[in-house]
Amino acid sequence: MPDSQAGIRPAGARSGKVAAGMMDFLQQLHPAWLALIRVLLFVVPLLLVVPGLIWWERRLLAWMQDRIGPNRVATITWPKDARWVPPFLRGKKTRLFGLLQPIADGIKLFLKEDITPAAIDRAVYFVAPAIALFPAFALGGTLPWAPPEGVYGLLTPIADVNIGVLYLMAVSSLGAYGIILSGYASNNKYSLLGGLRASAQLISYELAMGMSIAAVVLATGSLKMTDMIKAQTEPLWGVAPLFDNWNVLTPMGFVAAVVFLICMVAETNRAPFDLPEAENELIAGYHTEYSSMKFASFFMGEYAAMFVFSGVFATLFLGGPNMVPVDWVALGQTVPALEGFGRLMASVNYWASPLTFVGKCAFGITLFIWMRATLPRLRYDQLMALGWRSLLPLAVANFLIVALYLLCTDLYGAGGGWIAVGAAFALLAAFFASLARAGRGRREALPRREIRLVDPAKPKEGAAL
Amino acid sequence: MEGIWGAGVAQLAPTQVGGPMLLFAVLAAVAVASGVGVVAFNSPVRSALCLIANFLSLALLYFTLGAEMLGIIQVVVYTGAIMVLFLFVLMLLNLAAPGALRESRDLRRLGAGALAAALFVLVVVQAVLPLQEAASPQAADYYGTPMALGRALFTEYVWPFELASVLLLVGIVGSILLAKRRV
Repeated sequence: MPDSQAGIRPAGARSGKVAAGMMDFLQQLHPAWLALIRVLLFVVPLLLVVPGLIWWERRLLAWMQDRIGPNRVATITWPKDARWVPPFLRGKKTRLFGLLQPIADGIKLFLKEDITPAAIDRAVYFVAPAIALFPAFALGGTLPWAPPEGVYGLLTPIADVNIGVLYLMAVSSLGAYGIILSGYASNNKYSLLGGLRASAQLISYELAMGMSIAAVVLATGSLKMTDMIKAQTEPLWGVAPLFDNWNVLTPMGFVAAVVFLICMVAETNRAPFDLPEAENELIAGYHTEYSSMKFASFFMGEYAAMFVFSGVFATLFLGGPNMVPVDWVALGQTVPALEGFGRLMASVNYWASPLTFVGKCAFGITLFIWMRATLPRLRYDQLMALGWRSLLPLAVANFLIVALYLLCTDLYGAGGGWIAVGAAFALLAAFFASLARAGRGRREALPRREIRLVDPAKPKEGAAL
Repeated sequence: MEGIWGAGVAQLAPTQVGGPMLLFAVLAAVAVASGVGVVAFNSPVRSALCLIANFLSLALLYFTLGAEMLGIIQVVVYTGAIMVLFLFVLMLLNLAAPGALRESRDLRRLGAGALAAALFVLVVVQAVLPLQEAASPQAADYYGTPMALGRALFTEYVWPFELASVLLLVGIVGSILLAKRRV
């Protein structure tokens, strides 16, 4: 790719030479080897990061719930009189925050007895965990973890096809099968109920997710993931050239991001949308009858899907692998004193982009855990009402507003576009407010039960309740 | 190898009988086998699973032909949505596998077989024979890309497209009316 090099100029002759050498090496490889490298560069880090996610979830959740959490595994107790131990460590303990807990978890799962129930649909039962694991890893097929320029352009994404976002939709919709089939094959009514819930939930939230992605596609004008990253380096709101137009910073993009975030949690079956495995109602839902490594593969699939969905969120809305929404090169051009700084930061931004991307994924994971710790599980009708009555209309309205913005920008310039968007948002807010008022009127017709508040200082009066 | 198939294959891929042909053979074999499985299995859930495998292998066949948009729409719509609904309904009904679906042997099966054979011949004559003239398995540039598809849908075929969407809207409203008797 000779022309894509023009976009980025790595600072310093040394790194430039190394990059050029790597480019030459990669370009003379057979395409099949290059593809294999790309696949490995995605799958191996994903496999390695899953235990870390489990540790992070357990620690963070414990911290949010005012517990300690797993902090014992990976504690080193130094011997008292060994010569190889430095004197100040002898007899002390070094705690490593329980970092090796996931390994202990893994060994436990691996060594547990693998129970296969008698009355199962054997073939489907054994295939279902594999099907559950597949979409999480396949989702990364079009996901770029670095800017598609220079060396990184050869290494990521695995396939830069012109249907990138549709591919995401397709693969994430396949995620339902692992759950449905495991629920069916277990021949257990709780598993079956979990599978049924999962299929209804995934179909419902896929629509809103698709519409929120469609808004981004419309704003970008392309289905390619790499084009979406490029579109998010345009001037902010079409007027501020110093800043990057991250989708989450525009009003329509923000609405789409919120809708996508909620749908993403629902698609990965995480709390508060974990009805398919609601413990207090369904034992463990679809994986009730699975034990040992078959259960572990469901577990791994869920965490890998969380990570990859966070990556998709980062790519679609948070500017992809770029560190901050500032155009460093443009900064150097407008403020001549900062030109060298701008060039340095552009280079740092480029070379640190994989780290930035992983950081954004970690942010997404933290959001997942935070939601799990904060929000109680939805009731089933609330789940359906949220998906169909709130998120889907919101996403469709947002999609129409993006179209309106593009049309008015085309006709009257950037100012006209934003005036139209403001008017549309105001109209929409008025519409929803009137809907809410109508709904409140109807609800007041229902019988209401009064609750008398009890003053704890006078317990006698409360006893009459 | 004379005859329809030999000549067609030789002309379709004169130079690359290696990878692409092998891929095609594997995918086509999976598609045909799963298609047979849809009819042959007694258990409705197995049949639905075979249908899913069939749709997936068809989508992959579309990919190998350069029609990525068509292939991915196939996965999103059929595999991802419609078949999930199929499975949903099958699991709700929980059909008892062999007894409910046993067919009696009668002459109608012969008639059905004859009709199927006739249909097969018709398809071969109509669709496969003209392909003997095809020189290259590659589609033209931008054929089947999202942009070309969108342009065709909203310019040349805008009336059929809008009519189909109105039909779907009628279907949606009708199903809501059926499901909610008291509006």
